[in-house]
Amino acid sequence: MPRVVVDVVLKPEISDPQGQAVLGALGRLGHQGVTGVRQGKHFVLDVEGTPDEAELRQIAETLLANPVIEDVELHLTES
Amino acid sequence: MRIGVVTFPGSLDDVDAARAVRLAGGEAVPLWHADDDLGAVDAVVLPGGFSYGDYLRAGAIAARQPLVRAVVDRARAGMPVLGICNGFQVLCEAGLLPGALTRNSHLHFRNRDQGLRVERADTAWTSSYATGQTIVVPVKNGEGRYVGADADLDALEGEGRVVVRYVGGNPNGSSRDIAGVTSADGRVVGLMPHPEHAVEDLTGPSTDGLGFFTSVLQGAVSA
Amino acid sequence: MTVDTVTRAGGTPDEEQPWRELGLREEEYGRIREILGRRPTTAELAMYSVMWSEHCSYKSSKVHLRRFGDLPRSEALLVGMGENAGVVDVGDGYAVTFKVESHNHPSYVEPYQGAATGVGGIVRDILTMGARPVAVMDSLRFGRADAPDTARVLPGVVAGVGGYGNCLGLPNIGGELLFDDCYIGNPLVNALCVGVMKHADVRLAKAEGVGNKVVLFGARTGGDGIGGVSVLASETFDADGPAKRPSVQVGDPFTEKLLIEACLEIFAADLVTGIQDLGGAGLSCATSELAAAGSGGMRIDLDTVPLRDSTLTAAEILMSESQERMCAIVEPGKVEEFLAVCRKWDVLATVIGEVTDGDRLLIDWHGERIVDVPPRTVALDGPVYERPMARPADLDALQAAVPPAESTDLRADWLALVGSPDGCDKSWVTEQYDRYVQGNTVLAQPEDAGVVRIDETSNRGIALALDGNARFARLDPYTGAQLNLAEAYRNVAVSGAVPLAVTNCLNFGSPEEPEVMWQFAEAVRGLADGCRALGLPVTGGNVSLYNQTGDVPINPTPVIGVLGVHADVRQRVRGGWTTAGETLLLLGESRPEFGGSAWASVVHGHLGGLPPRLDLDAERALGGLLASLAADGLVSSAHDLSDGGLAQALTESALRYGVGATVSVDGDPTAALFGESVARAVVTTADAAAVLAAAQAAGVPVTELGTTGGDALVVEGLLELPLDELHTAWSTTLPTLFDTPEAVVGSVPAGAVPTS
Repeated sequence: MPRVVVDVVLKPEISDPQGQAVLGALGRLGHQGVTGVRQGKHFVLDVEGTPDEAELRQIAETLLANPVIEDVELHLTES
Repeated sequence: MRIGVVTFPGSLDDVDAARAVRLAGGEAVPLWHADDDLGAVDAVVLPGGFSYGDYLRAGAIAARQPLVRAVVDRARAGMPVLGICNGFQVLCEAGLLPGALTRNSHLHFRNRDQGLRVERADTAWTSSYATGQTIVVPVKNGEGRYVGADADLDALEGEGRVVVRYVGGNPNGSSRDIAGVTSADGRVVGLMPHPEHAVEDLTGPSTDGLGFFTSVLQGAVSA
Repeated sequence: MTVDTVTRAGGTPDEEQPWRELGLREEEYGRIREILGRRPTTAELAMYSVMWSEHCSYKSSKVHLRRFGDLPRSEALLVGMGENAGVVDVGDGYAVTFKVESHNHPSYVEPYQGAATGVGGIVRDILTMGARPVAVMDSLRFGRADAPDTARVLPGVVAGVGGYGNCLGLPNIGGELLFDDCYIGNPLVNALCVGVMKHADVRLAKAEGVGNKVVLFGARTGGDGIGGVSVLASETFDADGPAKRPSVQVGDPFTEKLLIEACLEIFAADLVTGIQDLGGAGLSCATSELAAAGSGGMRIDLDTVPLRDSTLTAAEILMSESQERMCAIVEPGKVEEFLAVCRKWDVLATVIGEVTDGDRLLIDWHGERIVDVPPRTVALDGPVYERPMARPADLDALQAAVPPAESTDLRADWLALVGSPDGCDKSWVTEQYDRYVQGNTVLAQPEDAGVVRIDETSNRGIALALDGNARFARLDPYTGAQLNLAEAYRNVAVSGAVPLAVTNCLNFGSPEEPEVMWQFAEAVRGLADGCRALGLPVTGGNVSLYNQTGDVPINPTPVIGVLGVHADVRQRVRGGWTTAGETLLLLGESRPEFGGSAWASVVHGHLGGLPPRLDLDAERALGGLLASLAADGLVSSAHDLSDGGLAQALTESALRYGVGATVSVDGDPTAALFGESVARAVVTTADAAAVLAAAQAAGVPVTELGTTGGDALVVEGLLELPLDELHTAWSTTLPTLFDTPEAVVGSVPAGAVPTS
């Protein structure tokens, strides 16, 4: 069955306190090499038949993400 | 005046909003999320809570329900709408108000008695106040940080659409201390603090919140 | 895989069974075989093992808890112990049900979910009685505040209590937060819920009426907490760590909120004859308890149970502790209407069986019988032990180790006390809780008691306080339990309420240790004697044993809850000073008592001597006086004296609204400021003469302390503390300790909970 993975992250200009908190923790744990963390959401959609990319993009952009503050990325795979 | 109070699954402060409407002298009309239409109401309050669990994003699912679409349509025709906390989140998600509410900067749920400055005393929901007046009402949320692109916030400020601003400390990291905003016509207001919890001396930090509800009632009388 | 049916069990009597791994003792396993006349099936063994665990059967505590049942019958008690929660008459046709429950071990393993599901469980207990839950409280104990594990556990527990309760729309009106080394590796998370109903609406957990349907409703059943209730709650943690971690229950407050609304609508339409929530031991507990309380039997078709994980075995389904589930007994003619209400609220509901005319609990799986047992033997006739008891060997030495009695620097001690983790401002915690929702919260933390209005027309209301001083109980569990009762009683009284009933959550170490068992028995005896002296019934309670790390038990921690009634909540009295120029009066008698005191602990790191002298007659007199002063509107504030004595109370009252005071104290200043004599309260009044007269009439000693006003606390001739300095010392402790990003990152599992 085709599977669509949608990743949602805050737009770069929106501050991400959760990512900042993780970054701070990493620094104190000695992982100095990590210079940035953005926390997001990961949706896995199982789709029947041939996925309609336009429809899926619309779902992702209008429901799964809030376009005011979030960006989306779609990835098509097979489950 | 009949003021509808919408209950979604997960709404919590709906009884409080209805009580505030009654104490202000209005008639509170319960509306259920699955209702087809709004019926004969003159204004609508979208109350606080966690509609549909807020599992996707706060207010996201509620904003896409048919009843809320009906609220949006009526609001565009001039019906007064007040969104409190989760209701504000719903209004932003529904596109009726600009901006978005995100996780508090300190990442905690925060409940405190909050000072607010009334920036606009000529909206449908704030006409009982004086511009610049400071009031105290409870704030309680985990995702109350108001954000928007700088240009959009500049435009919002330029149009004078910030209705209330936090004073004496910003409880959630909101941009420019914004606690509530209004639509261009001043009929729709959304705010994170809870005026419905400041309507009785016995249970609130003040009775400063009552003005939101008396405003809309007086507006109906004078209209 | 072959299903272990009743028939198969009959034919394979010698098959090896994992009774030991399931926590049963050899004689208990033998007793099950004797009851059934054969070996139990795997499913039956699972049921007996969870239901006969310490957590469900109270097998070590039962013989002692009978003392509560022997108390004189109270007219206020509508439903006593034995049901999910006791029910009390609070007047005007209203009934109130309240209970505290522990979720200690799960909260150590997974702090957020452990605490969250603890709240969820106690709320369902209250709902099960037919009541609308109206408020929650939490009583928390952690290891030393600066211990690394406390930084791991505390933020998650607080976020869990808040996250779940906030999403249910239940105001959190108070509680406790205390720290002690003895809780490292074994925090205590005790949650209270209180609910309100009309007398006629009380529901019981009972399966009556042959042919009535058994309906399971709420969340689907998954693999949560399988073995949790018996294994998790009854075994001490090894040092092995994560490898032995059992699966934890995960809470979904949104589903619980819908369950609450659906239940209330179902109660209003009178659609159930009996109802039970699914908590520890899940379906095993709900089905056997419902059947055991009724007059008939019950048949369940396990294949009909909606599953979240299709690979679960029958035994696992019976043991699953998936949250947000309830079980109802519904007349056949009302099933459709019941299911329709559930559909309205998006609550999954399934008929899984029916009440039968036999006296057996029968459970089928894949068309075969896997359980055939007398339900009483599962639910009620579990083992009962009279465990050996011994007075702790170190107690004489401990009681003989009298604490210091003189402060070398009153001012420094004062600041240390109010800035200590136990004495400091708790806003960092309580700001994470919604105290306003429902719009009926009259008093909440940091007040001595939480007060909730239950009728908007008559203004009738209730007051609640939770107290559990473990230092006193360590020094003398008999007196310590009574002192905790006295403190909760006093906290309710200072709000102006009349105390009415008692609940408890008894947190102790391993009952297999004779010294712990002695502490437990003494505490129960003390609480029973205290309740008799105060004329209050015990409405129910919770026992949590095996609270220890390795061989070291926690200090005995009997947390006592007292419920009081306000005929008119508008007469409630607050703890903070609002007005300058009022007279400050100390009610009660002060003695140099430092045994187990906060001052001895904070300043000297000392625990020893005897706890303060108990005087329940004085408590009663003080309580009666406070109620009449409130009713007559003679006092503008009242604050009880307890941990930290007068210094702590003056600090809290002054900082509440930023009004200072000038006071003078007679005699030994250390005793006056830091002693913890009981039956005392500080009040402020604009009519000192009237209060003095009332106190004299009530037989309560009064001392005039001074006058409110100014921006400092001044003790004449001794010290001066500007409120700014005091506020800094008091309010920075918890944020400094717990506002670390690491704590925040770990406190809430990603995607687990709504956060708005």
